Amino acid sequence: MYDLAKTESAVEQKDTKISARNVQVYYGDSHAIKDVDVDIEDKTVTAFIGPSGCGKSTFLRCLNRMNDTIDICRVKGDILLDGEDIYDPKVDPVQLRAKVGMVFQKPNPFPKSIYDNIAYGPRIHGLAKNKADLDEIVEKSLRRGAIWEEVKDRLDAPGTGLSGGQQQRLCIARAVATEPEVLLMDEPCSALDPIATAQVEELIDELRQNYSVVIVTHSMQQAARVSQKTAFFHLGNLVEYGETGQIFTNPVDPRTESYITGRIG
Amino acid sequence: MPTFWLVVFLFALAAFGYIAGRARALHSAGGNARDLHSLPAYYGYNVSLTALVPALLVLAIWLLAQPLLVETQVSRMIPTDAIPENSTLGLVMSDVRRVAEGLDIAVEQNALTETEAGSIRTEFTDLRGRLGELGVALGSDVRPEVLKAAQRYRVINSTGHLLMTLVVGALALGGLAFSYLRTNKDFRARNVVERGVLALLVLAASLAILTTIGIVLSMFFETINFFKLHSWTDFFFGGTWAPNFRGDSELSILPLLWGTLYISFIALLVAVPVGLFAAVYLSEYAGSHVRAIAKPLLEILAGIPTIVYGLFALLTVGPALVSIFGRGSEGLLGVEWMAGATSVLTAGLVMGIMLIPFVSSLSDDIINAVPQAMRDGSLGLGATKSETVKQVVLPAALPGIVGAVLLAASRAIGETMIVVMGAGAIAKFSLNPLESMTTITTRIVSQLTGDTDFASPETLVAFALGITLFVLTLGLNILALYIVRKYREQYE
Repeated sequence: MYDLAKTESAVEQKDTKISARNVQVYYGDSHAIKDVDVDIEDKTVTAFIGPSGCGKSTFLRCLNRMNDTIDICRVKGDILLDGEDIYDPKVDPVQLRAKVGMVFQKPNPFPKSIYDNIAYGPRIHGLAKNKADLDEIVEKSLRRGAIWEEVKDRLDAPGTGLSGGQQQRLCIARAVATEPEVLLMDEPCSALDPIATAQVEELIDELRQNYSVVIVTHSMQQAARVSQKTAFFHLGNLVEYGETGQIFTNPVDPRTESYITGRIG
Repeated sequence: MPTFWLVVFLFALAAFGYIAGRARALHSAGGNARDLHSLPAYYGYNVSLTALVPALLVLAIWLLAQPLLVETQVSRMIPTDAIPENSTLGLVMSDVRRVAEGLDIAVEQNALTETEAGSIRTEFTDLRGRLGELGVALGSDVRPEVLKAAQRYRVINSTGHLLMTLVVGALALGGLAFSYLRTNKDFRARNVVERGVLALLVLAASLAILTTIGIVLSMFFETINFFKLHSWTDFFFGGTWAPNFRGDSELSILPLLWGTLYISFIALLVAVPVGLFAAVYLSEYAGSHVRAIAKPLLEILAGIPTIVYGLFALLTVGPALVSIFGRGSEGLLGVEWMAGATSVLTAGLVMGIMLIPFVSSLSDDIINAVPQAMRDGSLGLGATKSETVKQVVLPAALPGIVGAVLLAASRAIGETMIVVMGAGAIAKFSLNPLESMTTITTRIVSQLTGDTDFASPETLVAFALGITLFVLTLGLNILALYIVRKYREQYE
């Protein structure tokens, strides 16, 4: 049922990329995330699973401080990226987000050309010295987004004119173009059909060579297929975190077992 | 019976119809409302609507049509040689109406009996004197053919009125009886009422559209009259605006159009950046508390009557500009560029202030319509807020903002009070914003106020100016709506 071979081959000790300790998140008066401790490894795909409203997306958005854009949201606790506290006042959230890229639930290409969509991040951060350099970054990113072959002849066409699956791969390529160290994906396949989903999943597996990928998903099959580590959230608590194979075959906590067998959620 | 009591009677009948219809429906179902096809009230509405609506419609049409019919009937009685030199049939007819009204008042106050009013002759009675005693002043002695026409006028009018009362009353009673008899428990009253509501809504919508068409047509015919008296090449292509009453006026729209567009341009130069930046601040940066206070405050600007802006231009902005650019060595700059308070710059600045809420409110709505996902996408790539606004939000909102600016431009072109008070009255081509100039709207006001003679081109030119202005703003509005609509499709 689950692709255990892949996950087992990935079981080897990796460096910790992100380390969260005692994280609390409040939306106004409601306590959305409670005491979450988690270590996310480098060059690994980590899946966050759990029922709707369990806080997995909220926690994901803490990792690149996207929650700062929500007025009523407060985050407490420590989140360390490469040993540095990302909520330290010295840290510029803008620079942090360049290092920790994000792909959203709904494909959100800018109403610009495909080329300008990809070149957006590199231009903002001054990653290209000249036009030729930028062309190269765009091509490399589109290739990594596994969409180069489909769009190479129409880079001037608007990004919004692509199909849903193509748009999402464009958004992944756009995130990759800024050379992030961590890529956060918030249900990246929820708006896609099975074929596009398979393409994106394949892409995630390739991205693992270079990045630490964190993916929120509602599909347990998807979590089992693409991830090496899985975290199960329930009602704002991190219930269980471990090797994907172990979580899906031999969960420790009874709540995890209930969820993956479909009894809660 | 005066028309007022007729209307009261109709409404009373409708109220009675409601009660009767409802009762009959309930009775036919043996008192059990659940056996009825519709709720009992619908049967009541059905009866009262069939009693009321056709009768009211006929009443309205009759009230509009009767004066026209009476007019044509009576005006035939006045022979052409009875119309004095330098007068028209229209003037004689207004005398006729005046005399007829005077007779009505005389009868009402028992100064004359009904038969006397119908039979008196100017040969034997000083009608002007007698009506004067009753407070009806006539301009000249009543001539026999006028009095005769007036008496005829009264007769036709009162017959018409009687006939109208009978027809409307019969229609109301007939409608009531018809739908009362149709009322039984299987009658689909709800569907009928629903259709009635639909008809009412369609009527309201078409009234608004017909009014617009009516306005355009009335302007159009007067414009045709104008072009019969004045050459259209001078109007559209001439270079001078110089009306006089010697009959050789030069009436060209171009200097006025230049003033209008120049002032509007300055107004937009003020309103667009300020309004747009205010909208960006309100929608992207301001917290919910600031927004809750600042947005209504900004929109108060939109509620200020334009005459108040005009006063502001005349009393505050104009003198302030003069103290900067004028007064020679006493002025702030020590120059003598500006003589009076009225100038293109004065009117443009104040009109710009007036347009700020217009631009900001529309742009704010459009910026808010840009999906949050766009902003998240940009912020998630490490862009700052202003980079996000500049490179993602504004480009996405641009077509809508262009639409908002065009709407503001059409407001500016049609604006009247501010330019009447702030811009001056001199029609000329000049690039100097410190000189006073005039606009199309100002000239319409000045051509139509005071003593006007609706047969001279100097007055009729106002209609030609008006319709040109209308076409101009209509074009801008259509363009703006087209752009805004196209933009809306982008996110659907």
